[in-house]
Amino acid sequence: MPGLEDLYREIILDHYRSPRNRGELPTPPAVHAQGHNPLCGDEITVYLQIDGDTITDVKVGGQGCSISQSSASMMSQAVKGKKVDDVKAVVRKFKSMMSIDDEDPTPIPEVKLGDLEALQGVVKFPVRIKCAVLAWNTLTEALAEAQ
Amino acid sequence: MSAAAVDWARVKADFPVVNGRIDGQPIVYLDSANTSQKPHAVIDAMADFMRHAYAPINRSAYRLAAAATDAYEGARTKVQKFINAPKAHEVVFTKNATESLNLVAHSWGGANLKRGDAVVLTHMEHHANIVPWQMLAASHGIELRWIPLTADGQLDLTNLSTLLDGAKVLSFTAMSNVLGTITPVAALCKAAHDAGAVAIVDACQYVPHNVTDVQAWGADFVTFSSHKMVGPSGIGVMWGREALLDAMPPFLGGGNMIADVRLDGFTCAELPAKFEAGTPPIVEAVGLGAAVEYLSGLGMSNVRQHEMHLTDYALRTLTDRYGDDITIHGPRNVEVRGAVLSFAFRDIHPHDVSQVLDQKNVCVRAGHHCAKPLMRLLGANATARASFYIYNDESDADALADALDGASDIFGL
Ligand SMILES: Cc1ncc(COP(=O)(O)O)c(C=O)c1O
Repeated sequence: MPGLEDLYREIILDHYRSPRNRGELPTPPAVHAQGHNPLCGDEITVYLQIDGDTITDVKVGGQGCSISQSSASMMSQAVKGKKVDDVKAVVRKFKSMMSIDDEDPTPIPEVKLGDLEALQGVVKFPVRIKCAVLAWNTLTEALAEAQ
Repeated sequence: MSAAAVDWARVKADFPVVNGRIDGQPIVYLDSANTSQKPHAVIDAMADFMRHAYAPINRSAYRLAAAATDAYEGARTKVQKFINAPKAHEVVFTKNATESLNLVAHSWGGANLKRGDAVVLTHMEHHANIVPWQMLAASHGIELRWIPLTADGQLDLTNLSTLLDGAKVLSFTAMSNVLGTITPVAALCKAAHDAGAVAIVDACQYVPHNVTDVQAWGADFVTFSSHKMVGPSGIGVMWGREALLDAMPPFLGGGNMIADVRLDGFTCAELPAKFEAGTPPIVEAVGLGAAVEYLSGLGMSNVRQHEMHLTDYALRTLTDRYGDDITIHGPRNVEVRGAVLSFAFRDIHPHDVSQVLDQKNVCVRAGHHCAKPLMRLLGANATARASFYIYNDESDADALADALDGASDIFGL
């Protein structure tokens, strides 16, 4: 079995202890979506303020395990100030890192994941993949909400 | 025979998974409230039956089929004796406790409850004893009332007579799968009857660990699952009083449950076939029969004593070691609790606790335990839960306590 240091990287624990972009945004003008992991009861709400083609603000609410919470925190950093299309590319790239297939036949975009790569170790603990992608699925739903 | 007369090390040796290893390290299985491990006696009984004696039941005249029918019905008689039911044909085999509770709610409840009738449940029920009634609330307009809990996780019976006033049903757990709380079943059944209500007991967590006597309880319906009592998954039990079962409509329709089918309708078979539509879990029944024999061989009062001792030991070990850093839900008094320990450890999320424990092969459940209303009451989205059974001993409680140290290390708290 892989060691826990593969899972609980320092940067992950840091985001867990001090989550970024916590809170809510007024809806409207912001959009939001809720996600939950029925297995462990984790809950996440993602708020997006989208102006034109850019996510100008993002907030995350909810509670859950270290992996779901740190993934949500890192996600919020990765999307804030980014163009919606670029964010969609990051979502695809992240989910492919989590070894989750999507139906999209086009190649996975070559984008840099930066800090998010710390979550790569989660793949070695398949039960936790759901925790890591919860925030990202919720983000996708919030983006759909905005359309 | 007393618990001291049972060789618990030999009991443990009967369970192959408990003696297995992962990554060369022993497995510490503390998730029996979820599902129990199986002894060789059960595994062999099922394999032998499939190898040498498998055949349809109730349908064919040849000897092989007659013997299979005897094996299936023999399991029913074993279960009857195990729970001291008056009659074997009152014991109905289902898929699991969930189906048993649905059967009672939909068949008895569907026929006997009407708009405005009250059904009393408790705040510590498993979803299996909540959702079927909520479905009836939607379809029949029944009212649901809830018995609250005391601070230490027992039923708060202060207003019981008010809650039961005019109620048609009291349906409650004999033992909570989250708190371990054992409820005063006989007193609750009596209170229900005094109020003119039917008493339904979800004994899913109780039957595997205690002497069960449905007549001493005075219950009307009792439900449980084989897989939590060292038997196979895929079979459960619904016991009900003959008069009630006779008056109830069938639940599922199809083969085996009919006496006659015409183009213009059908007549039901006698009990228990009336409630066993289709080909039943034949192999599983044989396994459940073997499980009941195995447990009877140990003696259920010995099982209870063994678990009371273990519960007490685990409670003391964890609190001595971690003090205020660990919060164990449910009553302290092992007289009124079974070997189920739901806990919060420091501020570490249960999912992370269970991950760290898994590193030491300590298997505990993390989650809402299919009791979300209770979890809301506890103010937690999830807890970690360690549960003990006949193949566990003090070393397993020690292993749990030791493994928790790893969580502190990683989360630096
Ligand atoms: C108290 C209680 N009731 C009912 C059930 C449902 O049992 P099953 O999932 O076997 O149908 C469980 C199982 O977890 C339980 O603990």
